[in-house]
Amino acid sequence: MSAVQTGSAGGGRMSRFIDWIDERFPLTAMIKEHATEYYAAKSFNVWYVFGVLALVVLVIQLVTGIFLTMNYKPSAEDAFASVEYIMRDVEWGWLIRYMHSTGASMFFVVVYLHMFRGLMYGSYKAPRELLWVVGMLIYLALMAEAFMGYLLPWGQMSYWGAQVIVSLFGAIPVIGDGLVEWIRGDYFISDITLNRFFALHVVAVPLALILLVVVHILALHTTGSLNPDGIEIKEKKGPDGIPLDGVAFHPYHTSKDLVAIIVFAMVFSAIVFFAPEMGGYFLEHANFEPANLLKTPEHIAPVWYFTPFYAILRAVPSKGWGAFLMLAAIVLLFLLPWLDRCKVKSIRYRGWQFKVALAAFAVSFVALGFLGLQPATEKVYVYAARFFAIIYFAFFLLMPVYTSRERTRPVPERVVYHGHE
Amino acid sequence: MSRQSPGLRLRATIASLAGALLVACSATALAAGGAGGGFAQPANNDVSNVASLQRGARNFVNYCQGCHSAKYVRYNQLARDLGMTEEQVIANLMFGAAKPTETMDVAMRPADGERWFGIAPPDLSLMARSKGTDYIYNFLRSFYLDPKRSSGVNNLMLPNAAMPHVLWELQGLQSAVFEEEEHGGIKQVVFRKFEQVTPGKLSPAEYDEFVRDTANFLEYVAEPMKLKRQSLGILVIAFLLVFGVFAYLLKQEIWKDVK
Repeated sequence: MSAVQTGSAGGGRMSRFIDWIDERFPLTAMIKEHATEYYAAKSFNVWYVFGVLALVVLVIQLVTGIFLTMNYKPSAEDAFASVEYIMRDVEWGWLIRYMHSTGASMFFVVVYLHMFRGLMYGSYKAPRELLWVVGMLIYLALMAEAFMGYLLPWGQMSYWGAQVIVSLFGAIPVIGDGLVEWIRGDYFISDITLNRFFALHVVAVPLALILLVVVHILALHTTGSLNPDGIEIKEKKGPDGIPLDGVAFHPYHTSKDLVAIIVFAMVFSAIVFFAPEMGGYFLEHANFEPANLLKTPEHIAPVWYFTPFYAILRAVPSKGWGAFLMLAAIVLLFLLPWLDRCKVKSIRYRGWQFKVALAAFAVSFVALGFLGLQPATEKVYVYAARFFAIIYFAFFLLMPVYTSRERTRPVPERVVYHGHE
Repeated sequence: MSRQSPGLRLRATIASLAGALLVACSATALAAGGAGGGFAQPANNDVSNVASLQRGARNFVNYCQGCHSAKYVRYNQLARDLGMTEEQVIANLMFGAAKPTETMDVAMRPADGERWFGIAPPDLSLMARSKGTDYIYNFLRSFYLDPKRSSGVNNLMLPNAAMPHVLWELQGLQSAVFEEEEHGGIKQVVFRKFEQVTPGKLSPAEYDEFVRDTANFLEYVAEPMKLKRQSLGILVIAFLLVFGVFAYLLKQEIWKDVK
């Protein structure tokens, strides 16, 4: 085994220094627990890189965000101009800004793929319910972070997108109107709103995100990582107490993840350097026009990562019910561990019912995302959105029924691994 | 065999996702091409053509900057990017500004603009990013005589545009021919063609070149770092490829004893 030596193996000044620290802080113990002696299945496939990639994007967002705040001015008067100042006059400002704007969208790309991995291989099932719920809280925080961050450039779409989404809270009976006013701090989206969104975007939500990510990883390391076969590797241990199908996170998974990170960095760089607007999906064209309170854009669409839920909202004729269903679409995801009654975790050994349901759900999620980007004037889009919204909800609401009737295939004793090619 | 089927299905899902994205993109492209009733053509400009950018800068300061600012653009940045010395910029492009570090502002006050045209002429720094270079190119080519407008002209790309035809001396004046068409019982007025009424100083081909240079300059000012980011991008991705090879070899070495 070519595992790295940690701690006090050799003598010398360095190991004495580590010993000094270990007597005061569990450094070596932590490295062992979370890296060199954290065992995860050797059979991870490509779907297992998105958690690490989400962490990478989080770091990118934090670091570029810090540098952006050095030149950004959170006021209705100066915000738009300060972003252009960053783009043109700040050394490397354009790179930092494009990394941040690309990072926002790529965060959702990797998180959606990470969640889909969880759906396929049953990563939400017992004993990982809490891991899933914490992950969903991260997703919620991420949505809040992205939404408030999008107001900051103070472009037309920043302004009117925020106007539409904040007004949704007005659909809540009795307290709605007061709540909307309380969120905005004004009778319309204004300088006051921009200031508080800035505070929440750069301090409050990132703090919550970091805390939740730590909890997510601690929960993961308590239950252990699952694998494409949905087998608990802890149940088959060798005489040394190490799972037979597991390899140490470091150096095995870290060396594999490094390759994934580099491939991801290439995709990320291709966008940053060659298509930072991503055809108007990552940076919307209308947002290169400063916010104009007197001029409503003819077509308001949120950024692509919100559009599946936006399509559900628009599919319902009543604003109140639309907002309710939009909220329900997210809340149902939290309940997944308890809606799924099947004992088998991985899709590899589950019945056709779940496979069909998951495929239909994936298609409807993407279709809703597409429909949410289209103008609401086309009747056919509204009908299509209703159709796919019904599939979306059916996936969750019928889950207790179809998952309890699945004819599953026998799950093997050990993970399927074809050796290292 | 059955073990691989989930993988196959996933690949099919990814393929359908990519397909949906393609459909979305082409639908957007079609919609964008729809404006201007078949008149609109791609600008076919090239931001790496420095001579074209220099001509575009000259056009902008002579014909546009009387009313439109490019308030995020500094003169000395033009000097750096367009292969000119600051002296050349001072002599040829700076009419109102005192120092090359100043931005391309406009002397006209917004309130005056609003009084004269009904709307203050917008800043053009980012017009190419919000509306697109093709839009600018076709906008400047599609003014036509319309006695109903106080400026005497209307525009195909921006109906009832507040802007007069500033370039009429160069293009000359043209009238638009519209025809009524019936599609499934719905009558529509469709643009057919332009007819030259008075000749301009430039031939139609020369005028298109003039407008193309101007649109090209506006694309450059909308994102001055565009060429720089693309050339840097090639280096970054080349580095990642090399780094990736070593990372892959490292991973192979570490994993070789995993059975």
